[in-house]
Amino acid sequence: MYKIAAMGDKDSIYGFASLGVSIFPVTDPAEGSHILRRLAENGYGVIYITEQLAEGMQDEIERYASRPLPSIVPVPGVRGNTGLGLDSVSKFVEKAVGSDILS
Amino acid sequence: MAVLNVNPTRMELTNLKRKLVTARRGHKLLKDKRDELMRRFLDLVRENKALRIEVEEGIKQANVAMSVARCVMSDKALDVALMLPTQEMSLDVSEKNVMSVMIPVFDVKFKTANENDIYSYGFAETSGDLDTAVKALSDIMPKMIKLAEIEKSCRLMADEIEKTRRRVNALEHVMIPQYEDTIKYITMKLDENERSTTTRLMKVKDMMLAQAHNY
Repeated sequence: MYKIAAMGDKDSIYGFASLGVSIFPVTDPAEGSHILRRLAENGYGVIYITEQLAEGMQDEIERYASRPLPSIVPVPGVRGNTGLGLDSVSKFVEKAVGSDILS
Repeated sequence: MAVLNVNPTRMELTNLKRKLVTARRGHKLLKDKRDELMRRFLDLVRENKALRIEVEEGIKQANVAMSVARCVMSDKALDVALMLPTQEMSLDVSEKNVMSVMIPVFDVKFKTANENDIYSYGFAETSGDLDTAVKALSDIMPKMIKLAEIEKSCRLMADEIEKTRRRVNALEHVMIPQYEDTIKYITMKLDENERSTTTRLMKVKDMMLAQAHNY
């Protein structure tokens, strides 16, 4: 049985708490990396991270890229969309096909 | 011509021929795997993109309502309202094998029987905007889980496609030509040896005849 977590600034993720998602308010990428590592080892299957926070901790997120779990998903926060999520989709296509044929 | 460093013997030739057959079969299989993976990947990545756009839009709307709620209510009241969630979500994860890529499949489980049981507060002391925000997030949640699943699958498949493509290319452009060239080299060398043996024998015969009959 796996759990679901949300990380990011408090304003962006507070709403998730009422849905039964564990929330971890954090804004500092270094601290975020630390928490992410702990979550990945402690039975969290899906971790949502606000794009602002995710941008600072790409290295840590990459570590989990090749494993089936956890699935780390960047989501937009209250301060808007940085486009990181859609960029990552383009990156998959580029990696697999050689060029971004969807855009 | 890239010839492997081998002795031009008949045994080596047989070995190489066998290796070439294996390499060709491996190449064909890997090529099929790559094509099938690519087909599935493209379907999946299109779905991924559409879903992501949808989810981002949904979250944006929820955030708008949340911001309004935050303005209307005091921080403390909001904290109190959301501090103790009644609902708890957990995931059942199974694995699916797609062309030997293990991709996760998520199945959401709710703690309470009614999955709409999302309001962890009394309605008396909270603003209606909070309800809107929570409801909007709850509506988008199944899609977010689906997104997590698909995005992970896309990522794993992209890795696998890259790996498979490298293998196919290595077989097609390095291994197979190398084997073919080496086989040709050995065949020619063996033929050449045979011819030289024949000529030598003819020469020896001539010399012996000359000795015996004084031609």
